Amino acid sequence: MGGAAISSKELSVGYGKKVVVSGLGFEVRAGEILTIIGPNGAGKSTILKTIAAQLPAIAGSVSINDTDISLLSSHEAAQTLSVCLTERITAEKMTCADVVSTGRYPYTGLLGILYDSDRKIVREAMELTGISHLADTDIRCISDGQRQTVLLARAVAQEPQVLILDEPTSFLDINNKLRLLELLRELVRSRNIAVVQTLHELDLAQRFSDMILCVRDGRADRKGTPGEIFSGDYISRLYGMTGGTFLPMFGTAEPQKITGEPQVFVIGGGGSGIDTYRSLQRQGIPFAAGVIHENDIEYPTAKALASVLITEKAFEPVSSASVELALEAMNKCGRVICCIKSFGTVNMGNKKLLEAAEKAMKTE
Amino acid sequence: MSRKRTLRWTVCFAALISLAAVFAAAGLVSGTTKLTVPDVIGVFTGSNTDSSARTIVNDIRLPRVVSAALLGGALSVSGFLLQSFFSNPIAGPYVLGISSGAKLTVALAMMLTMQHGIMMSSASMIGAAFAGSLLSMGAILLLSGKVKNMAQLIVAGVMIGYICSALTELTVTFADDANIVNLHNWSMGSFSGISMRDVRVIAVVVGAAVSAAFMLSKPMSAYQLGESYAKNMGVELRAFRLALILLSSILSACVTAFAGPVSFVGIAVPHLVKTAFGTAKPIVIIPASFIGGAVFCLVCDLIARMLFAPVELSISTITAVFGAPVVIAAMLSRRNMKGSV
Repeated sequence: MGGAAISSKELSVGYGKKVVVSGLGFEVRAGEILTIIGPNGAGKSTILKTIAAQLPAIAGSVSINDTDISLLSSHEAAQTLSVCLTERITAEKMTCADVVSTGRYPYTGLLGILYDSDRKIVREAMELTGISHLADTDIRCISDGQRQTVLLARAVAQEPQVLILDEPTSFLDINNKLRLLELLRELVRSRNIAVVQTLHELDLAQRFSDMILCVRDGRADRKGTPGEIFSGDYISRLYGMTGGTFLPMFGTAEPQKITGEPQVFVIGGGGSGIDTYRSLQRQGIPFAAGVIHENDIEYPTAKALASVLITEKAFEPVSSASVELALEAMNKCGRVICCIKSFGTVNMGNKKLLEAAEKAMKTE
Repeated sequence: MSRKRTLRWTVCFAALISLAAVFAAAGLVSGTTKLTVPDVIGVFTGSNTDSSARTIVNDIRLPRVVSAALLGGALSVSGFLLQSFFSNPIAGPYVLGISSGAKLTVALAMMLTMQHGIMMSSASMIGAAFAGSLLSMGAILLLSGKVKNMAQLIVAGVMIGYICSALTELTVTFADDANIVNLHNWSMGSFSGISMRDVRVIAVVVGAAVSAAFMLSKPMSAYQLGESYAKNMGVELRAFRLALILLSSILSACVTAFAGPVSFVGIAVPHLVKTAFGTAKPIVIIPASFIGGAVFCLVCDLIARMLFAPVELSISTITAVFGAPVVIAAMLSRRNMKGSV
């Protein structure tokens, strides 16, 4: 295996005898983030619990630095592996500093008394995560984002080699999601920690992972870099998406298109039509769109939402053949919406479309 | 800030210890026969040779004061252990029916032995109470697996308490007349009638159990964050949980065996102590609860003795008056915790 901070081989996880996911193999080197994604109930949390030694493995093994975790004492495991969980903290009368201090638990003596060196590590962990100002605040009196950061600081104070996070960004607003994950990436680099996490936000998984493990139907469906995973219609297949279309380039999804005979023709391009497409989709109006270049920023959205789409090859001027097709589609529509304010040289074909529409008095 | 905290803790500990000393002294001097502080000191140093004063202090008041302090402390620590176990600030040996379970088995044991004209030894009383505690505890644990809601668990505990009390009443009804008086007094709860020999047994059992609880303060502090975190920090959950249950049962069994069921101390005192100390760190709260419980029971026992002297009130009457409002406060503070530290 050489060099993997945490790895698994033929790992089966589950509860009691009931196997939830089997045949898992992965390795994460120090300084790398592995994100596990997959549909609800696929067993992502079960995998995390098993590699965090909270659940015994049903078959196969998990190793930390090439040592099987079942061979580590709970004390040794605590010094190498730390967790950030979704479990809600209900402890009363605990300040944030108290919570972070619990990270020193595996290093203290019989009564758990902290020495100055421990306090320094706690202080540093809080500074690093930017929560020093919360030190004396009750853990129950801070926001979800702050609480998640405090728990991350706690994990850091444990000085782990492997950090396991279960949906660390759930319940956070977009800014806090980004801040937390940026913080995590910074920690991973500066402290050379290996991270295994689950994320529900695919866009974030795409941007903040070195490797992604996709879990589905009780097995590891695919493993690869974000680029490999977020390509084609793989994500749609992974989640068995029936409710819309996933746009791998952006890591987000558009709702299901309204099919049927187009009632409106949208002349778009360069992102100008996206709002209109979505608005028509919301109103349940089937529409045609064109002529969109295949490398246009709004091409994926148009493709996901328009019932008829006329396209042109990337970097080519809109050809007269495409214009013909578009005119044909436009003539069947009652209305034409033009979203483009000014046409460039490659886009002259679309100008012709607009002129034709104006002649027929159908534009808005 | 940590210096400020240390100061607060020191002040609180000093206050608790002084209060304990003051009320212990008050317990020794007050009563139907008034004694002065020098009288009592004289008894201890041997300079007071008045035999009635010696008897009153050595055989009646001293064991009473010492047992009230030790058993009060034991109850509070038992309550704190249960609160940690269930991560619920309103868990305690009385509301969870553990005291009542102990009461039932002790009543049964007393009945059986009295019929044969044997007086039970202190140790066997504790043994009987411990068995009853574990019985109730087992029932609660079975239920706690089924009910996720903490309020439901408390209601279940109260119901178990009622069942045990009803069975105890039933037992008492069938007891011989002479025995009833004895049993009735005991089942109402009182620190009276505990001999110096009992006190020694209490001191050993309570001392050992509280020390053991104190040694658990490290895993307890980890457990406060929740099971999974505790596990991640290397706590052996199974052994730890078992230790919590056994220790809290022994402590409350010891109280019930000698003083009968005493209500609400186990919840009220840890709550007051946590509020005063501004923390829930077990390493601070376990000793503080012990001293706090001693103070609380010394005060309550003093009131029970003195309020309508020479008529004595049952100890639970007084602890309920002071304790129950605190329990309500504890419940409310859990709800509107936002904003207050």
